[in-house]
Amino acid sequence: MPSPPTLNRRALLSSLVAAGASVVLRPLTAAGQSRTILTRAIPSTGERLPLVGLGSWITFNVGDDVLARDSCAQVISAFFQEGGRVIDSSPMYGSSQEVIGYGLNKLGRPSQLFSADKVWISSGWRGPSQIEESRRHWGVPRFDLLEVHNLTSWEEHLPTLFAMKKAGRVRYVGVTTSEGRRHDEMEKVMRSQPLDFVQVTYNVVDREVEDRILPLARERRIAVICNRPFRQGALIHQVARFPLPSWAGEIDCKNWAQLLLKFIVSHPAVNCAIPATSRADHVRENVGASYGRLPDEAMRRRIVAYVQAL
Amino acid sequence: MSEWWTYTLADIKSFSLPTYYRLFELYNAAIWPAQIVGIGAGLAIWALLGSGRHTWRRRVIAAILAACWLWVAIAFHAHRYATLTWSARYYAWGFGIEAALLLWTGVIRGRLVLERRRAGLAIFLFALVVQPLIGLLLGRTWRQVEIFGVAPDPTAVATLGLILTATGRVRWELLAVPLFWCAISGATLASMKAPDAWIPLAAALVTVSLGAWRTLALRRGRSPRGDNTG
Repeated sequence: MPSPPTLNRRALLSSLVAAGASVVLRPLTAAGQSRTILTRAIPSTGERLPLVGLGSWITFNVGDDVLARDSCAQVISAFFQEGGRVIDSSPMYGSSQEVIGYGLNKLGRPSQLFSADKVWISSGWRGPSQIEESRRHWGVPRFDLLEVHNLTSWEEHLPTLFAMKKAGRVRYVGVTTSEGRRHDEMEKVMRSQPLDFVQVTYNVVDREVEDRILPLARERRIAVICNRPFRQGALIHQVARFPLPSWAGEIDCKNWAQLLLKFIVSHPAVNCAIPATSRADHVRENVGASYGRLPDEAMRRRIVAYVQAL
Repeated sequence: MSEWWTYTLADIKSFSLPTYYRLFELYNAAIWPAQIVGIGAGLAIWALLGSGRHTWRRRVIAAILAACWLWVAIAFHAHRYATLTWSARYYAWGFGIEAALLLWTGVIRGRLVLERRRAGLAIFLFALVVQPLIGLLLGRTWRQVEIFGVAPDPTAVATLGLILTATGRVRWELLAVPLFWCAISGATLASMKAPDAWIPLAAALVTVSLGAWRTLALRRGRSPRGDNTG
């Protein structure tokens, strides 16, 4: 497990101001040391979430393989130990929801969980039954966040989700897209609907959302979750052949995963990135990006230029 | 699906290659010793093919093949694969339909007359013997290999070979489901960069080429060279 970054508290706080993030002190070691996890507020309520969450696409779809399910439970356990909260899934992800429920059961239902799931079905009237099935898989009393997956039949699903929110059966509502698709429609929904969240693809290579979606999210006070931070792992494989730049230490990055994640979560409109992994050591690396200094605008440009040059 | 042209093979992936191979490991352990029955069924078909064209033999071959497709539909797709992907339920129906077609055409109507045509038999033998070994060579453990009669890929590829040995016109109606499955399976494996992704795709390509060539030859009013190319 990587050791917690050590840095001057004043330097840390000053580097965070520009990024709009804040810190929460949490105990780490028996020696009484503490480290600070970076959080950002959900604009619609002010509730703060850590900057790195846990995705479940592909990695948690392991069927009824008990060994693999136990391994996923270890990943979830490591995620919570490092201070993570947001876990994201979808009915589209095969057995991932059941595997998350299995892991949560095994861990005694950690109270810090922020459950984010989706509705993904073309028929609007079948949405509620799908959501209920998802809830049973997770084993949670209610979801914290429900989103319309890939804008599928959003005109039919959003009224259902808003009604659930009004009834207290979900806390936040949103829509998702991925790989830069349907941004025009996403923009239309963001302008016309009282959304709490949107989820989009954003990483150091895929930056289309910087033009319209992220500024609009700030303007409309909508929280942003970023999927595919590593392009399904391809980005990590691509850059891992090259040495981590020495200046990565200036923003407390010890590996490529942290540098790539810090690029994403340092955008002031972004609340959370949700990398998926099947390994506990990788989840520790990922959540490590929720600690230490974040890149400022100049450093963000430097990261883009460096990765593009590889 | 809007903007469908922007989707790549990677986008249709919903599980990892180790998970897929592990699926076969658990499936093989659960159904043991059904694999021996599957291999026995393949050898029985081979023996029956070489023992004349009696009506009962052709019906037995079709019945064995239909039983294999039905087994894979229920035991693999509906019970196992469905734990990884929602689309498995549709695959199960597809395999069930192929079983029904084989039953109707080959067992009930007795219209599936198979002969020892070289190309078709070569594909059948490849699926029965070589395909599992290639899996071993390309990274699967012996617990994870796919066996004819109980696993989808070798069952589909073997069926392609057998249907190509049928006399008369090419039985495209019986080839459709196995060809479709080979395309699906090949794309699934390719999306995970599996080294054996080319096998079902190559089998489908060879089958379509041979079938098209034979269909054209028959339309021109002559039999393909030696009528032995199936």
